[in-house]
Parts: sequence; structure tokens; C-alpha cells
Amino acid sequence: MNITEKILARASGKTNLSPDDVVFVNVDKVMIHDVSGPGVIAVFEKLKKKGMKIEKLWDSSKVWVAEDHFVPSADKVSAQNIVLLSDFTKQFGISKHFKYGMGQYGICHTLSHEEAMVLPGEVYVGGDSHTNTTGALGAFAAGLGHTDVAYVLLNGKIWFKVPETLYFKLNGKLPNHVMAKDFILKIIGDIGTDGAAYKTMQFGGEGISEMSIEERLTLTNMTTEAGAKSGIIEPDKKTRDYLTVRGASKYDEVHGDSNAHYEKIYEYEASELEPIVAKPFSPENIAVARDLSTTTLDKAYIGSCTGAKYEDLQAVARILKGRKVKIRTEVLPAAMSIFRKAMDEGLVKIFMDAGAVVGPPTCGACCGAHMGVLAKDEVCISTTNRNFPGRMGHVESKTYLASPLVAAASAVTGKITDPRDLK
Amino acid sequence: MKGNVIKYQQDNIDTDVIIPGPYLKIHDYNELAKHAMEGLDKDFHSKVKEGDFIVSGRNFGCGSSREHAPIALAYSGIKAVLALSFARIFYRNAVDGAFLLPIEIDENTYNNISEKDFLELDINKNEIKNLTKNQTYKMKPFSELIGKIIAAGGLFNYKP
Repeated sequence: MNITEKILARASGKTNLSPDDVVFVNVDKVMIHDVSGPGVIAVFEKLKKKGMKIEKLWDSSKVWVAEDHFVPSADKVSAQNIVLLSDFTKQFGISKHFKYGMGQYGICHTLSHEEAMVLPGEVYVGGDSHTNTTGALGAFAAGLGHTDVAYVLLNGKIWFKVPETLYFKLNGKLPNHVMAKDFILKIIGDIGTDGAAYKTMQFGGEGISEMSIEERLTLTNMTTEAGAKSGIIEPDKKTRDYLTVRGASKYDEVHGDSNAHYEKIYEYEASELEPIVAKPFSPENIAVARDLSTTTLDKAYIGSCTGAKYEDLQAVARILKGRKVKIRTEVLPAAMSIFRKAMDEGLVKIFMDAGAVVGPPTCGACCGAHMGVLAKDEVCISTTNRNFPGRMGHVESKTYLASPLVAAASAVTGKITDPRDLK
Repeated sequence: MKGNVIKYQQDNIDTDVIIPGPYLKIHDYNELAKHAMEGLDKDFHSKVKEGDFIVSGRNFGCGSSREHAPIALAYSGIKAVLALSFARIFYRNAVDGAFLLPIEIDENTYNNISEKDFLELDINKNEIKNLTKNQTYKMKPFSELIGKIIAAGGLFNYKP
């Protein structure tokens, strides 16, 4: 069995599992945020109206809560949702609630690894499609809707069909101007936005061993954009070191067998990859960044669970140091811990000296909700994960998805720019 | 189950167009329905009728995990979406929440069904009757578990 099959087998009490088997698995961790939380509360209300008594959750210690999509509160409705969420965590005794304005808070997927909320070998579900992100730590991580999360909160388990696994092998080490974002955009361009539908995307090979945990998280994060159920990377020394620093050392790692089954193996040569951009209106609509060098931009956005981790900010700072931005540029670190580190290490000064705005962690503009949405016909280069019509604002605005290096280089020139071409 | 077709002849209809991001803060199901398909079809709310079916291409409902998407469609009156394929979270939200039926059809069926056709669905026989064109098509049968959850009326009513 491969790592995903083994984790699901262990969590369902089976000795053997194959793709297409349907099992109820025991869940180790659950996450809700300020969109899915109120959604789950609405499901609970519906159940109560039908006569169900809901007095406690299956295990409050395994549940954690983030405030990310609509903080700082965009309006009265979103402010009310935060109150609703706070009442909920109080009522059910959920102690791990990362609150805006009270120390560490940030985008749920970023907290999942920054705070070591999810560990190797675990089954982790969350009320958000990019829950896949945390699979980079060697966990089975998948997104669910409100009804399913409500079911997990009450029963501690949920059904999954065991997915086929697509294995992406990266040979060699990525060149300095190429980031994990370029690699995953290339893959999505190759297999399409439903190329991994219902499947797991596993990453391995020398290029992955060489890659930092934060870069690996970019890969698993965007498996969602290929339709995948989950993304996963086998844990190694880097995983253990990353978790040790964050105070987690007790967990039960799972590794695939040497004769594990993969539906298909894709091989990529790191040295052949180059900066890639996904054009509007789909993450699969890729082009080589250099081929778009005449595309003029209105804004550069450095944010989200995909592209505002500490190393993403470091990449941006490498480009912006001593330079000025030519277009509206926003940098929103994905969690307060990252914001703090960026400040302590002088990155925030570099961004501000360059003329960029530095703002609080939020999903706001990535999902077109608030905090810097796009006007009609505006064109944005963004380190985020989706560029569907209207995703970041007006339905006739345009978003190009890119790596932090490309986004920063483009911020300097006002046109889509390969970092190698920056003077 | 009988209804008229609203057809979107395209693939990858994503949750951002089914219910745009700014509405995610709303959890009043009838209010969400007013904004269904707003990112793609401004006329949807005025033309949709109780019992209608949506017909579309590959990977319907891709994108976010927002349960708002099947909710907005269901509370607009949509009883089923017939598509070449579905994104996984949309599919399980539709079934587990008992909002609407996600029905997989083949290319031939997809091409034969037109806007405003009047259809009759029989999920016990896995059959779609096009009463406008006097044609009958097969739908892809639900897997065993999905069939049981649908029959139970959603995941919370299903006893494993």
C-alpha cells in the first residue's frame, strides 16, 4: 500500500485497502473557520429543529478554529459571524481558537503547519477546499463541506472512497529562479483542473527531498486546483525538524511500501522548469512568464495560504530590496507569526521602502471578499491559487497566478516579468 | 421527478461563479438563492423555476468547498444537476446535505439535451426521459454508499 492507503487503512481499522474501497475513517483533527464555522452552526440548527439533541462534540480537543476569510470584519454580517463562532467555541469547550487581534492568528492552512496542528500519519479534515495543504507533513488531509464537518464534529468519523494516487517525481533541484509554485502550475497545466479529480497527488524524488517544508506546502496546497482529494508527501528529516521546532515530537509516521501501487507516475526534470504564470480564467491556462512580458498590470498581490509563507516573503524581499514598485502592491503575511518574523528580520522595512502596503493576515482579497478587491478590467498578478471569473473582485477583472518571485519582479516593472530579466 | 432544463454548455463551472466569494458570509439559504449563478448568468434568478434541472459539462462545481454552492442552487429550485462529471466536494455536499442530485451523464446525452427541454428522472431505473424530444438516456448509476445516503435523505439520516 502507498502512504495514503496505509493512513486510511489504519484509521478505518482495516489491514488492507485498495482504491475505490469506501470506508468510514476515524478523524484525528478537524478545522473550521469563519465561513465554514457558521455554516456548520446552521447545519446544527437545522438538526435541532428536527429534534436532535446536540449537547457536546465528539472530542473538542481535536477541533480547532481559525478566523481568516472575513477578518478584519468586512461588515456587520461578518462581524456577527465572528461573534457566532466565539459563542460556539465557548459553548462546546473548544480551546484552540485563533482569534484576530489576540496574538497568533492567520489563514487556517498556514496555522495548520505553523502551529503544528496536524501531524504525520493523521487523518485531518477541514471546512475548506485547501485543507489538502497540510498533506505536505505526511498526513491525509482533505476538504469537506458544512454537513460533512458537522457530521465529523458529532461522530468523529466520515466516509471516504480510497483514492487512486498520481505520483509526481521531481528529478534534480529547482534552480534559484524557479519556485514550487512554478512546478505546481506546470503540473496543473499538464493534467488540467480535473486531471486529479477524486485522486491523491503525491510528490517525491530528489527535488522534493531538497525542497523546504514551506515550498512543499505550496505543492500540496494547489493539488485542489487539479481537483485532487488530497496531496501528500512522505515525512522525512526535514518534516521532523520542522515539527520539532514547533514543539511536536510525538506522532506515528506512515510510509508507503516499496512495492506500493500508483495509478500513474509523472517525471519532471527540475533543470527544465522555468517561471510559469496561469492566465485568466483558470489555473490550467498556463504560459511561460517570459512569453507574457508585454502584459501590463494594475496590481501585485502577495498573500494567501499559497503564497505568503515566510519563505514566500523572503523571495519577494530578495527582489524588492533597493527597488520601488511601479504598481499597487500589497503584502499580507499569512499568519501573525510570519508577520512578526518578517518584521524582526527586516523584510517589512524592505516592502515599505519599496512602496508596498503591508497588511494583516486575511483571505480577503484572494477570494474577492474585501481588503483590496479588483475593479472592472483591472489586471492583477497574484501569489494566490485561483483566477476564476470574479475570484478577486469584479467579474471582468483579470488575475494572473504566479510565484512570489515573478509577482515581485512584475511589481517592479508593472508588466509580467521573469525575475531573471529584472535589471 | 420532472423539470425543465437550464443548460450551460461549458466545462469547469466553478463555485466562484455559482455563488461569488462576497456572499460566503451569508448563511440564510433563501438569501443565498438570490445570488445563485451570479458570476456566470445574471438572469438565472429570474428564469429559474421550482423543479428545474441544470445541465452542464465536465468538472461541475470545481473550486472551493463552500456548501453555499449546492444550497444556493437547491433553494433556487434546482432539483438535480446533470453533468459529464463533478468536482468531489460539490458532489458530496450535494448528496450528504441532501440538497440536490448530482447525476453523471455521457457525452451523447449531454449533446442531445437542449435548453428548456422537459425531462423526467427515474433514479431507480437510472433513466432520463426527454419528454420534449421523446428520447430516453441512461444516467451513470450511483455507487452503493451514495445510493444509500440519497435514499436515507442525507448523511445524518444514514445508518452505517
